Amino acid sequence: MEIKMNLISEDKINSMTSTEKLRFVLDGVKSGDIVVLEGGLTSEEQMKLIELTMTEVDDDFSGIEMSGYPSKKGFLNIRKKTRLTVIGPAKMMHTTKKDKDLISAIISAI
Amino acid sequence: MKSKRRWKSILTRLRRALSFRKGTAKIGIYGPPNAGKTTLTNRIIHTFVDENEDVGTATEVPHETRRAVRRAGVTIDLKTKSLENPNPDLNSESKEKPKRGKAKLKLDVVDTPGLATKIDFHEFLAYGLEEDEAKRRAKEATEGVIEAIKWLDDIDGIVLLMDSTEDPYTQTNIIIIGNMEARGIPIIIAANKVDLVDASPQRIANAFPQHSVIPISALKGENMLDLYEEMARRFR
Repeated sequence: MEIKMNLISEDKINSMTSTEKLRFVLDGVKSGDIVVLEGGLTSEEQMKLIELTMTEVDDDFSGIEMSGYPSKKGFLNIRKKTRLTVIGPAKMMHTTKKDKDLISAIISAI
Repeated sequence: MKSKRRWKSILTRLRRALSFRKGTAKIGIYGPPNAGKTTLTNRIIHTFVDENEDVGTATEVPHETRRAVRRAGVTIDLKTKSLENPNPDLNSESKEKPKRGKAKLKLDVVDTPGLATKIDFHEFLAYGLEEDEAKRRAKEATEGVIEAIKWLDDIDGIVLLMDSTEDPYTQTNIIIIGNMEARGIPIIIAANKVDLVDASPQRIANAFPQHSVIPISALKGENMLDLYEEMARRFR
């Protein structure tokens, strides 16, 4: 069985509102895709994604697996710069190792 | 939208920096499922309110707490309360006799459901639950996660509980910490379950070096004095 990955550029992500981003990610994941976001989601967006995910968990969709590099401190240590985030269906994706600059995950077909 | 959030965060930080303190702090006990949140909340209540009062039941089944519970009117007063430390080796300054501190803090403690990105009813079947019961628990657990997230808007500080026997560098822990930092809300990490042989609180301290990490066993009551003193220092 094939697994589809969507690698989304930072430009595309930046052109969306927070709500559009979360809907876009969750729709992709619910249809079985692995979504990789260049530039990533902020921690607030990730929390909102968990909240949105929980409203849609049912017998067939158990939720998401999400991994990302932690954000970096930006200008004057105030503005944080987010980095890559990868999100997939919990039944298909399993993070095996993670640190500040490395994510190892196993992705398997259901 | 982003600049509105940034201003809110700056205002929150300013308010805290100017020591605009309310009489009673609302402190949320947060963490992943089975980290020991209810055990810690019960420990605080038993020590400072009533040793027969429980805010919830702690079991090995994940998502046992599926509704946030607030216990109002708790006063942590270490001047009037002696605490025995069952394992003085945890802290070189500990003596075998009961210790007294100086800290005093009035708080409402909020025991929250475990935060998770996935809830699969099949996992509950392994604990002997019937399918209908497992599905009902899973549904309630999803509502609990949402409730825990919504409570973050009303919290003055959080104790983030982590299981010292598990890898702390999970996305959920990173998200909670990131959110608290963005909101300017103080956070203490409690490295729980240090009574277990494979516990490694140092791994948690290494993963989050920018935050206070207090090794404790909420179940056995180990090193609780250090946690209470840190809570009084950060949340007062």
